[in-house]
Amino acid sequence: MNPTPKSNRKLLTMLILGSIGMFGFGFALVPLYDVLCDTLGINGKTQNTASSYDAVVVDKNRTVTIEFVTQVQSDMPWEFSPKVNQISVHPGELTHAKFLVKNLSAKNIIGQAIPSVSPGQGAAYFNKTECFCFNQQPLAADTSAELPLIFYVNPDLPASINTLTLSYTLYDITDKQAVSAKQGAAR
Amino acid sequence: MSTTTHDTIDTAHDEHHHGAPKGLMRWVLTTNHKDIGSLYLWFSFIMFLTGGAMAMVIRAELFQPGLQLVEPNFFNQMTTVHGLVMVFGAVMPAFTGLANWLIPMMIGAPDMALPRMNNWSFWILPFAFTMLLGSLFMEGGGPNFGWTFYAPLSTTYSPDSTALFVFAIHIMGISSIMGAINVVVTIVNMRAPGMPWMKLPLFVWTWLITAFLLIAVMPVLAGAVTMVLTDKFFGTSFFDAAGGGDPVMFQHIFWFFGHPEVYIMILPSFGIISAIVPTFSRKPLFGYSSMVYATASIAILSFLVWAHHMFTTGMPVFAELFFMYCTMLIAVPTGVKVFNWVATMWRGSMTFETPMLFAVAFIILFTIGGFSGLMLAITPADFQYHDTYFVVAHFHYVLVTGAIFSIMAAAYYWLPKWTGNMYSETLGRWHFWCSVISVNVLFFPMHFLGLAGMPRRIPDYAIQFADVNQIVSIGGFAFGLSQLIFLAVVLKCIKGGKPAGDNPWQAADGLEWSIPSPAPYHSFTTPPEIK
Repeated sequence: MNPTPKSNRKLLTMLILGSIGMFGFGFALVPLYDVLCDTLGINGKTQNTASSYDAVVVDKNRTVTIEFVTQVQSDMPWEFSPKVNQISVHPGELTHAKFLVKNLSAKNIIGQAIPSVSPGQGAAYFNKTECFCFNQQPLAADTSAELPLIFYVNPDLPASINTLTLSYTLYDITDKQAVSAKQGAAR
Repeated sequence: MSTTTHDTIDTAHDEHHHGAPKGLMRWVLTTNHKDIGSLYLWFSFIMFLTGGAMAMVIRAELFQPGLQLVEPNFFNQMTTVHGLVMVFGAVMPAFTGLANWLIPMMIGAPDMALPRMNNWSFWILPFAFTMLLGSLFMEGGGPNFGWTFYAPLSTTYSPDSTALFVFAIHIMGISSIMGAINVVVTIVNMRAPGMPWMKLPLFVWTWLITAFLLIAVMPVLAGAVTMVLTDKFFGTSFFDAAGGGDPVMFQHIFWFFGHPEVYIMILPSFGIISAIVPTFSRKPLFGYSSMVYATASIAILSFLVWAHHMFTTGMPVFAELFFMYCTMLIAVPTGVKVFNWVATMWRGSMTFETPMLFAVAFIILFTIGGFSGLMLAITPADFQYHDTYFVVAHFHYVLVTGAIFSIMAAAYYWLPKWTGNMYSETLGRWHFWCSVISVNVLFFPMHFLGLAGMPRRIPDYAIQFADVNQIVSIGGFAFGLSQLIFLAVVLKCIKGGKPAGDNPWQAADGLEWSIPSPAPYHSFTTPPEIK
């Protein structure tokens, strides 16, 4: 076999295209990851839109513990806490919860709360009919607010799950502007 | 500039029997596969010593509990850059250097298929590492987030020099991809007439498969660092939950690269050991074709196991079991290889020159690393071992006594061919025994530290770990010093020694042993005849 530069060039082109393709694949993993997590309901992300509450049967025989956890981005001058840390609910029961936020700084700041449910497989069964996390939360300097959450647990929740922990992390998005936050909310 | 590309082979015949040009520019402009192979190997050795010096800082700080020598932030930079330098600067360029030297000689080709790209793929490396190492001296320090640069450590909390880290990784990636492309084109298009696929030397086979792995995953790494760059400096939110991203996704993307990467660093070793063991057992390799299939299976499986690095991120049980079983499955083809090497040695008339000593040590110690890998693969057990020194012990067994030992074995085995002189067997044995004893003093007790709960990547530790850490550090210093013997062996061998002859090992098989030692500057300008 006498190798010609032509056969080299053909293979070279294919291999370069292959590596460019894999570079693209690296980025394609991002939407792929979101789609997979969404369809399999595995990474603890809850829906970012309100679910409707009709024709839900309340299962009075079962009690599920809901724990609330709050965190604030480390350099954000806000206080953020649930009014109660833990409640017991029946699956299907519509429940109200309140969270308190306080802007400790002398600046107006826009916050965005990101929810996450643990265990991750329970996230798909945690339905919010109203949540402050659906919107950005502008808070004027040195003021406080009460943020509402209305939710119910889907009665189909697997029997192995008895406790759901809902965690909110609050981020300062004043600089990031509405654009990127909206993109996030649209996901 | 002289050229050896194939289009000139017939027309410019008189160009082929000159020696190497003189002077510094020879090395800058060279397109000769042997020159570039030497450049890669020397570069990798310098990086090995650089990364080793950082390991010495780490072990000196960990000699005693408490903070003695360095600031915690500098300690973190040392662990990070030690990992990056050893992976991308020492192990990978060493294999590329061996590929450059050996693949054309093993398949009877006059040079690599794309000699100018070959020059480029080497010469961008020093710039990448200058940038990476230079960032250590910048205000705010160099990368301090671990070689795995998990977000948000590398995005929200990283120093400003992260941009330099990202560009350095980009350049290293481009270099490896170019090297890999060159290897593939060379092997596919330039085998000597009459050399069928299933007669390729195993080093060539393992490198071909490694090259495909490199082409598949290095671009994904480039994508990951690009996302880190834009997250940190340009306001994107790939890994930032505040903007709708997900930090756990970073780990998925990183380990999609990272797991095949660990096989990139071990498959060429398998090829080296498969060349050395038959020579010193004076028997042909047992199970050649099963070796080829095992290598290919390992490469394919390597894409299905990445999440075993992430068992503690809260994956669903099904995913944990899937990745656990896939990981354990890799033990099967790896076991095939180990048993084949042992079967090759079985009833052979074995001798134990330095390359064989390193090869036998590789088989034993790499297998220990494989077993601790199996322990880590067990999901419930991994929750205990995760992020402890057990993991550190595991990957140093597979990378130091695995990859590095095989590179040492290769260096001893082919040095006579490269230099034309025999190395000093006495010094070689000193190097081997010092290394093999100290490396076990260094890494074996780390298993116990990890099982006892000592976390990795910390500059300080609880007092009960003090004694074992002291032993580990002493092993570390001894192993570091032992490598200077290797430098002495190589320098001495280049300067002179007993003439090696074409085939210094009685039973060595392969085209590279059919040409004179030292290998002439241009070899196989006409393809050899394959019997």
